[in-house]
Amino acid sequence: MMTVNETITLEDQIAKIAALIPQGYRLVTMTSVDCGEHFDIYYHFDRNYELHNLKLELPKGTALPSISSVCPCAFVIENEMQDLFGITISGMELDFCKHFILNEDAPEKPFCRVPGVAVSTVEVKGEQK
Amino acid sequence: MSTIVPFGPQHPVLPEPIQLRLALDDERIVSVLPVVGYVHRGLEKLAEQKDFVQDSYLVERVCGICSFMHSMSYCMGIEEMMEITVPERANYLRVVWAELHRIHSHLLALGLLADAFGFENLFMQLWRTRERIMDAMEYTTGGRVMLNACCIGGVRRDINDEQKAFVLNQLKEAEAELKRLIPVMTDDYSVKKRLVGIGILDKAAAYAAGAVGPTARGSGHAMDHRTTGYIAYKNLDFEPVVETSCDSYARTLVRCREVYQSIDLVRQALDKMPDTEIKVAYKGKPCGEVAIRCEQPRGEVLYYLKGNGTDHLDRMRVRTPTFANIPALMTMLNGSQLADVGMIVLSVDPCISCTER
Repeated sequence: MMTVNETITLEDQIAKIAALIPQGYRLVTMTSVDCGEHFDIYYHFDRNYELHNLKLELPKGTALPSISSVCPCAFVIENEMQDLFGITISGMELDFCKHFILNEDAPEKPFCRVPGVAVSTVEVKGEQK
Repeated sequence: MSTIVPFGPQHPVLPEPIQLRLALDDERIVSVLPVVGYVHRGLEKLAEQKDFVQDSYLVERVCGICSFMHSMSYCMGIEEMMEITVPERANYLRVVWAELHRIHSHLLALGLLADAFGFENLFMQLWRTRERIMDAMEYTTGGRVMLNACCIGGVRRDINDEQKAFVLNQLKEAEAELKRLIPVMTDDYSVKKRLVGIGILDKAAAYAAGAVGPTARGSGHAMDHRTTGYIAYKNLDFEPVVETSCDSYARTLVRCREVYQSIDLVRQALDKMPDTEIKVAYKGKPCGEVAIRCEQPRGEVLYYLKGNGTDHLDRMRVRTPTFANIPALMTMLNGSQLADVGMIVLSVDPCISCTER
């Protein structure tokens, strides 16, 4: 099972992540999970094949500070997250303004859950397992 | 003032659509802007709609080149979440198919590279050899691209003695052919002129850019997730292939050497495979969070899975190797010549299908 090594906040997010880079940690990726009222944002770092996971709870409607100032390669992940979850990420080194993956006429934040709508099971029940 | 030249999304050296907006000063690249999203499929979201068993088929569709490794990574994640112990024979069979995938992926990449620098004969010969590997996969699973051989709890198919002999024979023939072809790729004067010193990614830049797979190993990083010993790799003898010249040639050499390494790993796995069951039954639904990593042909893949105790996952996140290699590609391209862009892009072996999962 995945271990969350540290829980971080918007206040100490950049400082905590910046402290990992000199220790030899490499950013593997970031993951966002729509939890209804908030997003869980995970930062997955690696050193010597060991994952170091940081978790940040981001209230919906709050901007997430970019970590691309300390991890320049984060911009692809952050732009993807911004497109698919509609999370505003502030201070990105390279900001595609929510059009990294999505076209101008694409649906907004397509990976977010629609409030009050559970996952449809109608479709899958008819299929063979 | 710089000139903007779009490279792609349709370009002779690109089998899949991605655009690189190149800002040029004369013919030197001063900045690069990657443009993706032409074929994004939203598979991560679709995985929430399907149940966790169907997802093992779905993830195989993330990529047509490393399809088996996607389903294997996903199944490993679910198995960890549900505490399922996979039979040893299944672990060895997973190694066999995973390494066959690596061989055909590398031969595909080397062939495309040869085609891009105008060596069509080499391209055709490499792909002819690749057909042997595709035949081996078809003979053992019934599928050439989508094997559908991996399932939660093990594998769906076993390999009998006749199939084992067929695979070993195909490997023997392929190895003999590659001993004639690979030296052309590594020693030919014109090939070296196109690759040596082109697309430099130094060791520190590779790490900072989050490069993975042959892209990182070509820059001197002995970074290969198979060394952690997942599935049956812990029982097999191998070392990561590393090159240190940090250019397109180094990345090509890594793939050339890894083809032989994978042939050896398949032989070792077939030789050491114990006679046990190939899958176990399981009960329950996945609950909890896992982040699992495997070494695909293009590098490390990460699957984050969050289960909620129902048929449906709350979230499936896939970080594919090509997606991780985009910043590294941008670093390589900065300062390069326009004429070298095709070589540099193909030296990363980009898979847009993975990137646009």
